[in-house]
Amino acid sequence: MAVIGPGNIGSDLMYKIFRSKYLEMGMMAGIVESEGIKRAASHGVAVSTEGVKAVAVRKDIKIAFDATSASAHLRFNGPALKEAGIVSVDLTPAAVGPYCVPSVNLDQLRDEPDINMVTCGGQATIPIVHAVARVAGAAYAEIVACISSKSAGPGTRANMDEFTETTSKALEVVGGADKGKAIIVLNPAEPPLMMTNTILVRVKDPSAGIDRITSSINEIVDELKAYVPGYRLRVPPILEGDKVTTIVQVEGQGDFLPAYSGNLDIINAAAVAAAEKIAQRMLAEGRGA
Amino acid sequence: MMADQKIRLVDTTLRDGSHAVKHSFTREQAAAIAGGLDKCGVPMIELSHGDGLGGSSYTYGFSGTSEFELLKAAAEQIKRARLTVLLLPGIGTIEDLKRAYECGARAVRVATHVTEGDVSAQHIAAAKDMGMMAVGFLMMVHMATPERIAEEARKMESYGADYINLADSAGYLLPEGVCERIEAVRGAVGIPVGFHAHNNLGLAAANSLAAVKSGASYIDGTLRGLGAGAGNTQMEVIAGVLQRCGYETGVDFYGLQDHAQSAVDPLMLRPQVIDNGSLMLGYAGVYSSFLLHVYDAAKRYGVEARDILVELGRRKMVGGQEDMIIDVAYGLKQKG
Repeated sequence: MAVIGPGNIGSDLMYKIFRSKYLEMGMMAGIVESEGIKRAASHGVAVSTEGVKAVAVRKDIKIAFDATSASAHLRFNGPALKEAGIVSVDLTPAAVGPYCVPSVNLDQLRDEPDINMVTCGGQATIPIVHAVARVAGAAYAEIVACISSKSAGPGTRANMDEFTETTSKALEVVGGADKGKAIIVLNPAEPPLMMTNTILVRVKDPSAGIDRITSSINEIVDELKAYVPGYRLRVPPILEGDKVTTIVQVEGQGDFLPAYSGNLDIINAAAVAAAEKIAQRMLAEGRGA
Repeated sequence: MMADQKIRLVDTTLRDGSHAVKHSFTREQAAAIAGGLDKCGVPMIELSHGDGLGGSSYTYGFSGTSEFELLKAAAEQIKRARLTVLLLPGIGTIEDLKRAYECGARAVRVATHVTEGDVSAQHIAAAKDMGMMAVGFLMMVHMATPERIAEEARKMESYGADYINLADSAGYLLPEGVCERIEAVRGAVGIPVGFHAHNNLGLAAANSLAAVKSGASYIDGTLRGLGAGAGNTQMEVIAGVLQRCGYETGVDFYGLQDHAQSAVDPLMLRPQVIDNGSLMLGYAGVYSSFLLHVYDAAKRYGVEARDILVELGRRKMVGGQEDMIIDVAYGLKQKG
């Protein structure tokens, strides 16, 4: 494994890789000598400030997380990794490859060279939309993601539209809603609030009933908890007419980032879950390093 | 401040007022209200969903008629005024703004929570690229110090904002709180400053006057005060107040009164008074648009509306977090 982009996200990914049974941290690559590079080196990880170039020449690296920016992924990292035959797990909103939400569609993604992890809000809400859609259909899905100001980095702040547009689209493509709408709110309260997401779905078949909807949601929450232990229902599903309302909260695992930044934890945990699956497949096919 | 200061009145009946009619404005209403305001010489007319472009949703209420249709209807009636939209990054997008431009919008107010001005950079820049006037709109200004507000205003100025508008979205501020904030921003930026009040503590007109005396040159108002919570500064009232004080606004004072009576009185769903919930918004510092959603949730969950409002204030919820009303109501019911 390599991590490109040694910022907060990249550092948290590194600690998650250390904990993984299937992944091994092979390199942390950045473009300048940074705190993140020093941190990785202090853990005995090979580091480079040559960016993706240093990763591409390492024959033993099979999968790379891209935790840089959408433009860097589009222009440099994505093409270079593809050329080198390294699978990209893209945490930027570049969305070159298909969207991946592990509890929903990981099994359908086979041998893709580049998979995209949507957004933090997408990872937290799409599984719920999918759980509702599979038992009652979803004509419309709307989500409101509230994240603490402290956990919204400059990338998110400079490009709010990427969040809303990518999440809206993935609510449709992966969540299974005919129409998706995503809203993001930053809250500066101190101490910082936990990431909270409200999911509202207009179902096609209210006669599916609240019991079936609830058990479908509970099932997927259990699957999510396997990789995001801090995921929980704050308000269990409520059915009013054809509207299902659910509120979830995501507490981070505190690997590197504070527990309130559940938004960052969930996208990283999802990326690791996806990489583990890819690694297991490679090992089974005898392609492992 | 000199009394010969020119004040630009910004009407937001068709935007903030949208909350009070649960986003049910029709094309005919939009055309009539905008047309009349234009005739009365109001220089800026804001129209969009109450929560800005793209606000039509479960969370904020669905629009009866698409805001783009309403913009087109209003644009046809406007000869002099600048048709303006509100955009909250995180809700509306640049795509929405482009569509609004095609429908006749020529100014956008890009609104962020008072401490989060940097999320407006992309949208202000896009507006300037389209040749639109762009306003940096800081909401919930009671939640930050004058120094912090000045810092955020400077950022918005650097992105290209044409003026900075401070919004007392909770109707919480007292006149001195308004003055120190306007003065701080005036001292920090080289562009004009404006003010947007809510009447939850009965101070909307007084606070707007205080803002003008501190150097604000753009003042928001709505006909009959139609708006979220206890409503906004009543346009025809502030026009009269400013005229009494000798400020130049260029609007037709009698005309605004007649227009409010004929175009707005008939469509009001409830009297725009300071009811108990509105008073608690101002007292607890809660975003005014939460009010009607709180009343709905109180009824559905069988809990006291004021308890929901106080808890929302304690949790420091910001504009756009209407979804948390359900969270609080559900929590109160469980404790019940």
